[in-house]
Amino acid sequence: MQLATIPDLMPALPEIILAVTTLVLLMLGVFIRSLNIARTIAYACILLLLLAIPLMLVSTDGRVSTFDGAFVVNDFTVFMKTFVLLSAASVILISKDYRKLQSIDSFEFPILIVLATIGMMLMLSANDFLGLYLAIELQSLSLYVIAAFQKDSARSAESGLKYFVLGALSSGLMLYGISLIYGFVGSTNFNIMAEVFKGLSGELPPPGVIIGLVFIVAGFSFKISAVPFHMWTPDVYEGAPTPVTALLSAAPKIAAMGLFVRTMLGPFGEIDDQWQQIIIFMSIASMGLGAFAAINQKNIKRMMAYSSIGHMGYALIGLAAVGGVENAIFRIHGIQGMLVYLVIYVFMNIGTFSCILLMKRDGRMVENIDDLAGLSKTNPGLALIFSIFMFSMAGIPPLAGFLGKLYVFQAAINSELYTLAIIGVVASVIGAFYYIRIVKVMYFDPPVEALNVSISLEIKIVLAITGFVIIFLIFYPMPLISGAEQAASALFTK
Amino acid sequence: MSNFPWLSIIIFVPLVGIFFILLIKGDDETTARNARAIALWTSVVTFLVSLGIWINFDNSTSEFQFVEKVIWIPSLDLSYQVGVDGISMFFVILSTLLTVICVLASWVSITDRVKDYMIAFLFLETLMVGMFSALDLILFYVFFEGVLIPMFLIIGVWGGPRRNYAAYKLFLYTLAGSVLMLIAILTMVSVAGTSDMTILLKYDFPASLQSWLWLAFFASFAVKVPMWPVHTWLPDAHVEAPTAGSVILAGVLLKFGGYGFLRFSLPMFPLASADFTPLIFILSAVAIIYTSLIALAQEDMKKLIAYSSVAHMGFVTIGVFSGNLQGVEGAIIQMLSHGIVSAALFLVVGVLYDRIHSREIRAYGGLVTRMPKYAVIFMIFMMASIGLPGTSGFIGEFLILVGAFKVNTWVAAFATSGLILGAAYMLYLYRRIVFGELIKDNLKKISDVNSREIAIFTPLILTVIVMGIYPSLFLDVMHVSVENLVERYQSALASAEYIPTVEQ
Repeated sequence: MQLATIPDLMPALPEIILAVTTLVLLMLGVFIRSLNIARTIAYACILLLLLAIPLMLVSTDGRVSTFDGAFVVNDFTVFMKTFVLLSAASVILISKDYRKLQSIDSFEFPILIVLATIGMMLMLSANDFLGLYLAIELQSLSLYVIAAFQKDSARSAESGLKYFVLGALSSGLMLYGISLIYGFVGSTNFNIMAEVFKGLSGELPPPGVIIGLVFIVAGFSFKISAVPFHMWTPDVYEGAPTPVTALLSAAPKIAAMGLFVRTMLGPFGEIDDQWQQIIIFMSIASMGLGAFAAINQKNIKRMMAYSSIGHMGYALIGLAAVGGVENAIFRIHGIQGMLVYLVIYVFMNIGTFSCILLMKRDGRMVENIDDLAGLSKTNPGLALIFSIFMFSMAGIPPLAGFLGKLYVFQAAINSELYTLAIIGVVASVIGAFYYIRIVKVMYFDPPVEALNVSISLEIKIVLAITGFVIIFLIFYPMPLISGAEQAASALFTK
Repeated sequence: MSNFPWLSIIIFVPLVGIFFILLIKGDDETTARNARAIALWTSVVTFLVSLGIWINFDNSTSEFQFVEKVIWIPSLDLSYQVGVDGISMFFVILSTLLTVICVLASWVSITDRVKDYMIAFLFLETLMVGMFSALDLILFYVFFEGVLIPMFLIIGVWGGPRRNYAAYKLFLYTLAGSVLMLIAILTMVSVAGTSDMTILLKYDFPASLQSWLWLAFFASFAVKVPMWPVHTWLPDAHVEAPTAGSVILAGVLLKFGGYGFLRFSLPMFPLASADFTPLIFILSAVAIIYTSLIALAQEDMKKLIAYSSVAHMGFVTIGVFSGNLQGVEGAIIQMLSHGIVSAALFLVVGVLYDRIHSREIRAYGGLVTRMPKYAVIFMIFMMASIGLPGTSGFIGEFLILVGAFKVNTWVAAFATSGLILGAAYMLYLYRRIVFGELIKDNLKKISDVNSREIAIFTPLILTVIVMGIYPSLFLDVMHVSVENLVERYQSALASAEYIPTVEQ
């Protein structure tokens, strides 16, 4: 028997460095008794996350796999990880004032975010169901804890617990699906599974595989909060501390969506006609629910939860457009559309949550939409940028949100999914109603008691960057679009 | 001068103006003064540049002129491509002219958030000019839809008491129509492989697809025109909008629909257009008669003019879908004329509203004794709206009716009866406001139009009369383009051996 050799660690270098440094920071936090340690560690974490991006870009070239084919790095994973890292870093940045205000300013907070981020990066690179499961758990466990981080708030604890119970359930579903698939295929490796399904050459796979596939899809739709597995989203979003909500709506969504796509197109790529209808259903249901359920919300975080359910529905259009299509260019277009959509969504979302984090009155956070009344009088700058994000979410040109919608609808039309596209645009009109309601409240309604808005430098930076991208992306969208195209093509080259 | 980027300058100068307005700092008083001044200068410069395209326009070709093309997104084959032909050229000038008028008309009546207000109007100007000159489908859609943002804010922030309702209604009605057009646009791009309109205008879509595409575009344009029965957003929007908002809405935004029918429906989907012509004729005839009758019963001046707009735009759709030279040229003239006249009528109402703060017809009467100049101005536009010979309204309606008679006598007959109703409600309005005895106390000290208001009305009066007396000035410019359009439409029908079903 051959002794195991040390695997090539280079492809996983960014993750390894992140993990080791985070643990060191954790130790520092435990042993150094200084008042400033939490702040220092927060900045160190931001720096770490940002440094991981160039490291990732230089340490990889083309498609590399290691750890016995359980870990893969290619243009797709690099693209997705970049935005995971960016959104995690910006969440730590914008959470500074909030942490102080809610006295949750302890050093574990940024550390947990980085740990979750490592989990997400591993998810994106997973090429084996075991690695996939471990990565998802690392991500989820860290997120459960920070969702309940506000110890003295019953709502936060409730939100963490709900997230945990339902998340565990979804992990269980997924694990069950994985075991079924393993039983029929005999391997958990993506590449081997793809080979096996290719061997079917058009025949229907055994029912056990299809049931397993359905369970895995169900598990993923929990993670991306797509209907019908969305029910945790509003409660968790509303109860969790606002920066955590911002994180939940951005980074894990990219990671889970990326992994979802890689799983569907990798091992199950050959049986895409089996999952396409599920994706179409999930997409339609999510867009519809996101549009209708958000209308009556009073709490802005809860509204954003439904909004993100809806946005996931739009992003799924891109994946649905891949299934059952022969034309290679159209397949790439589908994924490219989804990636463009996701990236723009993340920018809009981080920007919007930065605005929500500024909603304070008498030293307390307020979360009702009505509290924004007359903001355009009391703080015109904030009202302006907030409305820009809202119009962009509604997909009104010339803002960036329109570009994302344009790309996914184009993909749907190319794949002749006309019904899906029409339902999508109708849902976007209904969705526009609640987005412009925020604008209405800020601009048309008379001011109530003014918010005491003081914009910290950190939030200013994040607002400036996200706002700039949302307004000006339409003038020069090429970097994003060709990046997404390159990432999407990486999925189809083996 | 052929390489001079005329259109891009017209499109982007307002954005430069916005940039300068954003830089203004200081107390409310100075900010407002500076914002007004910058907005005025920007819009005047834009207007003067836009006259340059008229001067340099070549009447003898139907090709697009002043074309500029910059690759935008190569992978989708999208480009920033703009250009004008005889059909769109005047709409560009109409947009820039009315923006100047709007800035002037808001000079004293808007005192709240002047900076934001001027930014909204300049942004609107960029989008309007871009819409009329876009030669790429996606680019067209960006400008077409983008208009909703400033319009929503203009009505919602500076509007009347029911502004929330009106702003929402405008936004959602128009959005619902235009997203279906987006699907159609994407389908066209997918089928034809390009979004370049100069190619698409010559592309023959399969007949079965044409009907679906036509209907999707119709959903969008019918709301914009607006056609009966989807016109109900218009009276609400007009009543609640500030004067300048109504001016731009009636003057330019309603033309989006008519322009869209001319630019897309007729040349790109000729077979479907012919199929659906009866539908258009019926809806338009109903619109003309029904909304004219409603206009007769209105108590609110702005609402009356809003309903008259629906009726006038009904003539435009009849003209467009008559599919012959007279009808189409008449439709364009009617749109330009209506753009000036209805805008002017809203300004006429605005003059009274600024003084008395009421739009109720009953609140006025006998103004001629205190405001003789005002009475004259009002009369000119009222006559133009009725379509008195010598004014622009006559040329448009006459050409449309000539065109319509050739195709369908019944529609022409019904439309003509609308003219009589039009005269009835306008004269009735004029009598109630201007004539009679001046008995109301608050009117006894009302002042006549001042020099700023005269400056606003003068160019509009001149245009109305020049267009009425010497229409060739305008018709010559559009003639070749319209001829080309009609030829393309008729030859497409002929080659498909299409037998019109409504020939009388």
